[in-house]
Amino acid sequence: MSTTTVETSAAKTARTSSAGTSGGSRRRGEIGPGARLASHGILIVASLAALFPIVWLVYLSLGPDKDDYLHPGGIWGKMTFDNYTFVLQNTKFFDWLQTTLIVVLGTTLIGVVISATTGYAVSRMRFPGYRKFMWVLLVTQMFPVAVLMVPMYQILSDLQLIDTYLGLILVYCTTTIPYCAWLMKGYFDTIPFEIDEAGRVDGLTPFGTFARLILPLARPGLAVAAFYSFLTAFGEVAFASTFMLSDTKYTFAVGLQTFVSEHDAQRNLMAATAVLIAIPAAAFFYFVQKNLVTGLTAGGTKG
Amino acid sequence: MTVAIDRATGRRRGDRAPKPGPVQRLRRGYQKHWYAYAMIAPVVIVLGVLVLYPLVYGFYLTLTDANSLNSARTIGVNHIDATYKFIGFDNYADILWGDTAYDRFWSHFIWTIVWTALCVTLHYTIGLGLALLLNQKLRGRTLYRMVLILPWAVPTFVTVFGWRFMLADGGIINSFLETLHLPTPLWLEDTFWQRFAAIMVNTWCGVPFMMLSLLGGLQSIDASLYEAAEMDGATAWQRFRHVTLPGLRSVSSTVVLLGVIWTFNQFAIIFLLFGNTAPDAQILVTWAWYLGFGQQPRDFAQSAAYGILLLAILIVFTSFYRRWLNRNDQQLAI
Repeated sequence: MSTTTVETSAAKTARTSSAGTSGGSRRRGEIGPGARLASHGILIVASLAALFPIVWLVYLSLGPDKDDYLHPGGIWGKMTFDNYTFVLQNTKFFDWLQTTLIVVLGTTLIGVVISATTGYAVSRMRFPGYRKFMWVLLVTQMFPVAVLMVPMYQILSDLQLIDTYLGLILVYCTTTIPYCAWLMKGYFDTIPFEIDEAGRVDGLTPFGTFARLILPLARPGLAVAAFYSFLTAFGEVAFASTFMLSDTKYTFAVGLQTFVSEHDAQRNLMAATAVLIAIPAAAFFYFVQKNLVTGLTAGGTKG
Repeated sequence: MTVAIDRATGRRRGDRAPKPGPVQRLRRGYQKHWYAYAMIAPVVIVLGVLVLYPLVYGFYLTLTDANSLNSARTIGVNHIDATYKFIGFDNYADILWGDTAYDRFWSHFIWTIVWTALCVTLHYTIGLGLALLLNQKLRGRTLYRMVLILPWAVPTFVTVFGWRFMLADGGIINSFLETLHLPTPLWLEDTFWQRFAAIMVNTWCGVPFMMLSLLGGLQSIDASLYEAAEMDGATAWQRFRHVTLPGLRSVSSTVVLLGVIWTFNQFAIIFLLFGNTAPDAQILVTWAWYLGFGQQPRDFAQSAAYGILLLAILIVFTSFYRRWLNRNDQQLAI
């Protein structure tokens, strides 16, 4: 008697579950053909939306005239790389490249070196003022550009640092260092502190432990901090537009704006320059993106 | 029993002799922690010189009537000393309650709030939707992922110009709308459509970060939870509501906070999309820049005052957000 009851209820659950998944036996985690089609459809639409503005920019950069963007159909017939050769030969592209590289690499180097020791200190030691210090690091990250822009401008012009590489590097350090310190703290937290103890037992000072044992182990974390500083400094617009005055010292973010002024808009050249900047930047991004995303969230998820 | 151990020295906290006097305590504290202070010293010095000093100086400027005509400046070989004077809190009063305060501050304030709320909502929902789709076993998943993060990979200052070409009068978007016999708005001139375009471009730029972070969060949810839910007969919606969303909570609270801060401070998109041509579509950050650097004479004092107000808004928001999260027994990730 009891056996039959069990059987019927089991049969019932089997029936409902098969009805729920719209027929056919399917392994867990797999999805039905309809849902799959819909997923592909949405993803394709989203991919096109993500891709189109960039493809369009590349396409426009091949049109020789500055008003070609209004008649995109006409570009097919007269595609040319003239814009690219013109940009490379007759504009200040290489000056901008030089500025960008100096500023970005300078920021990255200074930022990573300085934030590494701090990240270690806040990861390993609890000293009086620890909480306040972390709070300061957190708040500094969310400074709007508008807060420091005016005083920075005044101070840098007093020090004659407006329109210099050093001035811009120092300004960028204010935004990258607090974040890198957080990031490095997150990474140092994952290194077991038995290693520190072993170093201490063998007679190393805290500094020696840091330099000889921990720093070599933290290379991936240092790399993420470096990538982050690099990308931040590369894409920064506000400070660069305000503090760099002579057109040989523009970074890419500023230089690109010069093609469109009130009097003239050389959109074809602008598009070509944009593509020239975007290709290496995007390649670098794809190269490091896996580390970057894990670093950003891991650095964030450990308080 | 757990004993807090200073990780670098291995010393236990708490097992020390009876409380010594203040001088001795100071000396002992110095001896015990001097290497920690030495290690954070570079950052403290850098932040002190590059952040704290400008912040204090900026705050001082907001209490004056400094602009580009009365600040210290050098013209040729002549150095002109600053002649601005102290006026107390007049700048703040003027911004918040003065004549035309609505047009100058409150309209931008409301637009900034709307902008932040709409953008972060769109970022989060679209990012979550795409992350859920990418978390399935699908053919070509890696390819989709690579293509979908393209807007993040290309620097913003490049893609914004791509959008400008597309949105221009006679650009591809309006030509396309015209062939469909739909109205063709003046995206870069009409205030409403400017705002619409700004939100659209920012959404396009910001979704990939949300998508990747949430995808990481989804992948870290224990699969056996779904198994258990399915065994108990939970529908797809119930699994999403009671397994996925709670599992994403810590990632979500972090990325939403980051998203709010970044969107609130978003300078590049509006600045590059419109330049100085759209006074009504400026959010507070770009408006502050315009006051201080985009007009003649440059009004340094008011611009700095906007900066301080912005910082105050962000700090208030963040502390409420943290308190709200803590009340719900969550740890904020940052």
